[in-house]
Amino acid sequence: MSLERFINQAVSSWMSEEGPDSDIVLSSRIRLARNFENFKFPTLFSHEEAQAIIKKMEDIMQESNFTKYGQMELLKIDEIQPLQKRVLVEKHLISPNLAEESPYGAVLLTENEEVSIMINEEDHIRIQCLFPGLQLTEALEAANEVDDWLESHIHFGYDEKHGYLTSCPTNVGTGLRASVMMHLPGLILTQQINRIIPAINQLGLVVRGIYGEGSEALGNIFQISNQITLGKSEEDICRDLNGVVSQLISQERSAREALRKTSNIQLEDRVFRSYGVLSNCRIIETKEAAKCLSDVRLGIDMGYIDHLPKNILNELMILTQPGFLQQYAGGHLRANERDIRRAALIRERLKMEQDKM
Amino acid sequence: MICQECNQRPAALHFTKIINGEKTEVNLCEKCAQEKGEMFMFTGGNGFTFNNLLAGLLNIDPSVQKQNQNTFHQEEVLQCSGCSMTFPQFIKVGRFGCAHCYETFKEQLPPVLRRLHSGNWSHSGKIPKRIGGGIHLKKQVENLKSELKELIQQEEFEKAAQIRDEIRTLEKGLSGSSKGGE
Ligand SMILES: [Zn+2]
Ligand SMILES: [Zn+2]
Repeated sequence: MSLERFINQAVSSWMSEEGPDSDIVLSSRIRLARNFENFKFPTLFSHEEAQAIIKKMEDIMQESNFTKYGQMELLKIDEIQPLQKRVLVEKHLISPNLAEESPYGAVLLTENEEVSIMINEEDHIRIQCLFPGLQLTEALEAANEVDDWLESHIHFGYDEKHGYLTSCPTNVGTGLRASVMMHLPGLILTQQINRIIPAINQLGLVVRGIYGEGSEALGNIFQISNQITLGKSEEDICRDLNGVVSQLISQERSAREALRKTSNIQLEDRVFRSYGVLSNCRIIETKEAAKCLSDVRLGIDMGYIDHLPKNILNELMILTQPGFLQQYAGGHLRANERDIRRAALIRERLKMEQDKM
Repeated sequence: MICQECNQRPAALHFTKIINGEKTEVNLCEKCAQEKGEMFMFTGGNGFTFNNLLAGLLNIDPSVQKQNQNTFHQEEVLQCSGCSMTFPQFIKVGRFGCAHCYETFKEQLPPVLRRLHSGNWSHSGKIPKRIGGGIHLKKQVENLKSELKELIQQEEFEKAAQIRDEIRTLEKGLSGSSKGGE
């Protein structure tokens, strides 16, 4: 398969389209956790209950096709190949938990992959809406529509005091996890991030790298999400998160401007060195690839590089993950083979853009 | 120190993960670190460590422990009729067994929920239409009434009249639906 076709098939809308503030915000996601009132939660439910839930979801799809976000397809976890599972995880469409630890799991996917519904993960149902750029309100609206649709067919576990009842007490109430994925190289380079993260934590929000582990966030990509799901309305949770994200956007923009003023040539050098590495490497590890991709994306945003599309960071961060590399290669690859493949894929992808010039 | 993954090779990589402000030490050998390295990206902060942390968090809550002892002294352990889970089991695994657990453990839950949700213990978000139709309307009427007040203060009488009619229509529906519900 040609790389171009592979990418076209692999890329979901949040990876390829631009949204509001998408120079800094890569994507916005809303997740709503819901459970059937009269089935045990997935940690305890029987094989029969699990099947009944999947059957019910299939019936709902047949009965009332909800096509606002395109046709939906149901995939059962035990029927998909390990590599394809991994790819779905890498695209953030299903969780690692659903892929690895939910034998009765399934997922409903829409064509453009903006809406997905995980079935029989930690909760019976998890509605997810993933939009490009900063669009929490839009994503919440979409999630509510899906929720209303399901609610007209299912009695969800709910009581007036606790709200929507979830398997884990950390999700009860709204069942809402709102999160925003941000590219913050300016705050890293100006060393402000270590001061900012604790401040955000104090506001009841969680900051973490989605690639990489510990204090490190590969590709300078951070995910910011709400921790509290109870005692606040869905709109308030999103508004609070949105407020903090807007603050971060303006701090990141001023950091970038400060860098341009104080270290223009150093920054330009850094961007083009990284571009040089990506265009010429023959072996590259995830970590170095992520660092260089972040630099190049910063270079695009700040106007040093003008022949590459912005979404190249989102796209290549995903496409160079192990699952995708192996899918593209058509089989299992060892770690060192992946590094060679990764380098080849990145070079070829950059060349596609050069050929367009 | 031995690698916590394979428990065979000596750990070469040591780091601290901080999740929700809680620190966890991670010690891996080079091989496991390499293998896990890429998987780690996706398990992030919501993976296995979080479950453990949650159970730990619930366990150390003194008010919860006290209740544990109380139920033990009564020699009558609270058990959910929907899934047979007991309160001590819930504390241990940090997960409910079914939706009815919330009703079963409702006396014990407020301190747990307050801890997890910055002092909050009751819901103030979305209400499903099937049970909340009336409540939805009530809230809508409340909102419209405050809007009406404001419009009158601003002497926007034409708009105010529209809102007043809207309120009347809603209130008719409200009395209808509450009759139906009872
Ligand atoms: Zn090991
Ligand atoms: Zn139960």
